[in-house]
Amino acid sequence: MNRGVLWLLALLAAAVMPLLLSSYHVDLATRILIFAVLAMSIDVLAGFVGRTSLCHGAIFGVATYVVIWVMAKAGLPAVPAFLSGVVAATLVAALFGLLAVRTSGVYFLLLTVALGMVVWGICLRWTGVTGGENGLRGQDMRPALLLARENFYWLVLAVAALAAWAMQRFVNSPFGLSLRGIRDSESRMRALGYNVPLHLFIGFAVSGFFAGVAGALYAFFNEYVSPSSVAMGQSVAGLLMAIVGGIGTLFGSFIGAAAIILLENTVSWYTDRWQAVLGLVFILTMIFAPEGILGTVRRLAAPKGRAR
Amino acid sequence: MTLHRRTLLGSTAALLAAPAYVPALAQTGPIKIGVMAPLTGVLAAGGREMVDGVTMFVEQAGKKMAGRDVELVVEDDGSNPDTSLQKARRLVEQAKVDFMMGNLLANTGLAVAGYVRGTGTPYFIPIIAADELTQRNRIPNVVRVAGYSASQMAHPLGDWAFKKGYKKIATIGQDYTFGHEQCAGFARVFSNAGGQVVRQFWHPLNTSDFSPYLGQLASLGVDAIFAMETGADATRFIQQYSSFGLKQRIPLLGAMNTTDQSVIRTLGAECEGIVSAAHFAEGSDVAATKAFVEEHVKRFNRIPSLYGFAMYSCTMWVAKALEKIGGRAEDRAALLAAVRSTELDNSPLGRPVKLDEFGNPVYDVYIRNTVRRPDGKYWNVPLETYPRVSQFWRYSPEEYMRQSPYSRENQYIRQG
Repeated sequence: MNRGVLWLLALLAAAVMPLLLSSYHVDLATRILIFAVLAMSIDVLAGFVGRTSLCHGAIFGVATYVVIWVMAKAGLPAVPAFLSGVVAATLVAALFGLLAVRTSGVYFLLLTVALGMVVWGICLRWTGVTGGENGLRGQDMRPALLLARENFYWLVLAVAALAAWAMQRFVNSPFGLSLRGIRDSESRMRALGYNVPLHLFIGFAVSGFFAGVAGALYAFFNEYVSPSSVAMGQSVAGLLMAIVGGIGTLFGSFIGAAAIILLENTVSWYTDRWQAVLGLVFILTMIFAPEGILGTVRRLAAPKGRAR
Repeated sequence: MTLHRRTLLGSTAALLAAPAYVPALAQTGPIKIGVMAPLTGVLAAGGREMVDGVTMFVEQAGKKMAGRDVELVVEDDGSNPDTSLQKARRLVEQAKVDFMMGNLLANTGLAVAGYVRGTGTPYFIPIIAADELTQRNRIPNVVRVAGYSASQMAHPLGDWAFKKGYKKIATIGQDYTFGHEQCAGFARVFSNAGGQVVRQFWHPLNTSDFSPYLGQLASLGVDAIFAMETGADATRFIQQYSSFGLKQRIPLLGAMNTTDQSVIRTLGAECEGIVSAAHFAEGSDVAATKAFVEEHVKRFNRIPSLYGFAMYSCTMWVAKALEKIGGRAEDRAALLAAVRSTELDNSPLGRPVKLDEFGNPVYDVYIRNTVRRPDGKYWNVPLETYPRVSQFWRYSPEEYMRQSPYSRENQYIRQG
């Protein structure tokens, strides 16, 4: 079966899901989709540019903060608020990109951690605007049409599918191929005459744009934001979802996000030690399926002797 | 009672419909109580004591309230507002609890409060002290049962400090809302009485080294210092205050959480003689308090902290309210009205307590001193009592709420 048909079927299954699930599970599914977009945006950099970012949670959170602030404090309607959140996140990503493209490997990782911490610090201390530790609450943010959970879920599904398609096109475009070239050998690409920093910068900004889309959706989903939404934990969560799903598979992020969010929400019903269970799952994934879930499935499904 | 973390997975399409209230049907099952507390992370010890407080009352009550069985659904809020919100959604929408109580950190409570504003689920917050929740930004179904507002206890301490003869005071506090509110309550009353607040220091949460602050505090020439610290920060501050030699030179006043049992349990002589204000003093010789402390020590082998006490009293309060309405926990309006009108006279405080019209209790507040017990442990013993202290101190509620809330910038310090 053709891969496109497979994804179409998955999309269809996702679309009928809210008709079968309880309202709580629809909320969980919505959360999974939103975080899958965040994980994909990280995968664009980690899987196709070879740069592992730990500040995408902060970029995501900037969009959430801006959307809620703009609606609650400035009184803008939902659509402009959504757009301003995405724009703000993209601008922050562009700024971070300018600084981060100079580095690679562990230095890139550390620099992005530091940049994320700056955002976190600002959100924590600028109490007049961000509400500090207490965060910001939005009220009745969703337009009337999206008040029902199912409707909101379908919107998020549509946006997530569109974002996934766009990212897929992006990494497979000639530009995306040049990014993969940089991942494999930066010096060779430079020798071939590619403007490596510019390519990295654009890659970073595009990835930040999609993290911003996820963050703006999250604002309407959660209607609450606090510094924990921009904290490093958020970036790590996104990265883990991408890793569990399979780095460089892009769509694996959906599986990774579903696996982690479902684990988080079901294991904690049974035991206080749910974090230990999560940790164990990560370790087992790394040992037995280092390519992630989708990566492993693809390897097993691929005809013998043919590299993916 | 079944202490399940898990309840039936009622995931059918029928449940998609808004939770309609059907008294006759719902009355048959147990009363379901959602309890949220931080069971992982740095606050896990406090969270565990919160859950202990609830189970202690429920077990004493024979696992029944108003003749109905009680089922506790305990959730870990992870000390994180996003996690709390996620868990609150599950308690309401999937576990279908009749009401919720708990949470420790203000931001987790505020996140849940924002959510239940929409669902109408009764939510009781004995630990969440954020002033605003029973003042300017009240939510009808959020009630501070057996709790206190942050500045409520700091106000009388400011008054006491001035009467004690302190003229110049500096404050140090954690740089977040809970700290701002308590320091403001203290500084406002103290400076309006005629005292001078020389300087205020704010430090980030989880400060490990207080020496930069202690050095400055030592050189200010103040008569006393007010410290607003919680958890590990409180432990470290008290230890370093003593090892810097300040303990012998400048009397230390604390917010109630600075010398809470959860903090001083691990400390020795360095915590002796710190004066704080609170409605609960585990070292009180009131018979009801003594009985509660003894029972708690017997069950859990530790003197109760504020966390255990508050959750215990809250559960007791709600149980009494349920008695009044014949156990109809599903009738949210009746439950909230009963809780609001209940006067709790058999709590471990040994004195009747009731809520003001804004949903915050009015207490007789103790000025407490930390004292060494014969067994070498330390606890808080009452020195003096301020009767009937409301969250508005002696100000009129209307005027109080017209002014902007306490914050780092609004400390209401009167100059000169």
